[in-house]
Amino acid sequence: MNGLFAVYLRELLILKRRIKRQLAGMAVSPLLYLLAFGYVMGKEVKFNDHTYLEFLIPGLVAMTSMTQAFAIATDINIARFYWLIFEEFQAAPLSNVAYVAGEVFAGMTRALLGVWVILFLSLPFGVILHYGFFFWLSVLLNSFVFASLAVSLAMLVRSHADQALLNTFVITPMAFLGGTFFPVDRLPGWAQNILSLLPLTHSSQLIRASAFKSSIEPVSIAVLIIVGALSFIFAYKSVDKARD
Amino acid sequence: MIQVEGLSKRYKNVEALKRVSFEVYAGELFAYLGPNGAGKTTTIRILTGLTKRSSGDAWLNGHHIEDNGIDAKRSFGLVTQTINLDQELSVFENLDLHGRLFGMKKRERKEKIKELLEYVGLLEWKDALVKELSGGMKRRLTISRALLHSPSILFLDEPTVGLDAEIRRRIWSLIKRIQSDGATIFLTTHYIEEAEFLADRVAFLDQGKIVAVDTPQNLMERMGVWAVDHWNAEGIKTRYFRSRKEAQKFMETQSPGFTFRRVNLEDAFLAFTGKRVSS
Repeated sequence: MNGLFAVYLRELLILKRRIKRQLAGMAVSPLLYLLAFGYVMGKEVKFNDHTYLEFLIPGLVAMTSMTQAFAIATDINIARFYWLIFEEFQAAPLSNVAYVAGEVFAGMTRALLGVWVILFLSLPFGVILHYGFFFWLSVLLNSFVFASLAVSLAMLVRSHADQALLNTFVITPMAFLGGTFFPVDRLPGWAQNILSLLPLTHSSQLIRASAFKSSIEPVSIAVLIIVGALSFIFAYKSVDKARD
Repeated sequence: MIQVEGLSKRYKNVEALKRVSFEVYAGELFAYLGPNGAGKTTTIRILTGLTKRSSGDAWLNGHHIEDNGIDAKRSFGLVTQTINLDQELSVFENLDLHGRLFGMKKRERKEKIKELLEYVGLLEWKDALVKELSGGMKRRLTISRALLHSPSILFLDEPTVGLDAEIRRRIWSLIKRIQSDGATIFLTTHYIEEAEFLADRVAFLDQGKIVAVDTPQNLMERMGVWAVDHWNAEGIKTRYFRSRKEAQKFMETQSPGFTFRRVNLEDAFLAFTGKRVSS
């Protein structure tokens, strides 16, 4: 537990040092989406009795919790390739589980901060949604999945440039196709089947359903728990691969 | 103490370490001397869990480095060749996180950090960010961090590389002090004078192999005590003598261009490997 807390605390201290820059960075993209898609089209386009703005905000919550949780990979890579801090962890009496859990919690903390920024930014737009238990559970599950995935991939990449490629090929397409900006059920069946394999599709549906007080799909919760558990195990196994 | 048996490391087609065996006794300062690329850092990285071994075994205070890795890691402190401090965190935060990683209690951490920062002369810099420190100060901070959890073994990988002569001497006296406080020290270096000044015993490492292990004195005396160098178009030629008198007598018979000095570890290394440490 000491080691886990030390890993988590380190990330929090760094986050604290950069908090103003981080919050500003977390606000830029959602604010642009809210203005461009939400404000301009928000009142004209409707999906199932909800304005596009109401539809968009849960999608942005899902997308931001994913990108912010996954961003822990960049911090790990800076620590690993640039500051060489990872060696300090490798030479310490720290189990792989403690290291992975510390980094995953740090990723989840960043994700929660990002979500709070979106909810704060959405206030001036006058959108009132329901942020209950299932909303936060879905956010936590989504950030757990992507933080675990981030740690595993951060252990496997061989350079900082590889990490940027992962963001381009994995995170960006998922951010746009995972039910964040448009309802997946309007796509052809084959496309829906493919997108149902993405964890973000399930997170978007869960977050949106809980924000709209609609019924929750237990299958989506199960998918996120299973993918999260597998990603965490994958991360645990990957730590040893980071040794040369 | 450190026990190493037949340790090897292969990277694809390169054999970085070839069945290296040695023992470092409790309280000893053991220097691992060799040119760049000889396998010094690879050995330290394997012993400290940063790199996987290809074959062989090693124990730190009786704990196998992989089978009993967590206990082995509790027994050593590591100062890596490159500064691996959190630049955005303060001196205190860097040390405090290290103490937490090793399960130290809050009070113990606070007391030990104060004591060590005083020890290395950085107490007044406690709240400064690491990025504000000079190279020498960062090096002293990494040494104090390695000592924080009171390890019985200290690994120092080229601890003075890139530092100027004055700071290097300060680090040497710090290392001597750490040893006199009871630590076993494993030091890698490619500085001849560093090994001569600090080491109780020295291992010569060349192309991944240990070619000699002995006290600096014994290694040097195998050559003689005095050396006469002669520079000519082909380079330096050196002759060794048992006594100063013999060397002086030889000098008198030669034309100018000869210089006279004491034998050093470079001479011994050259004799064993056919090359200079600095090559």
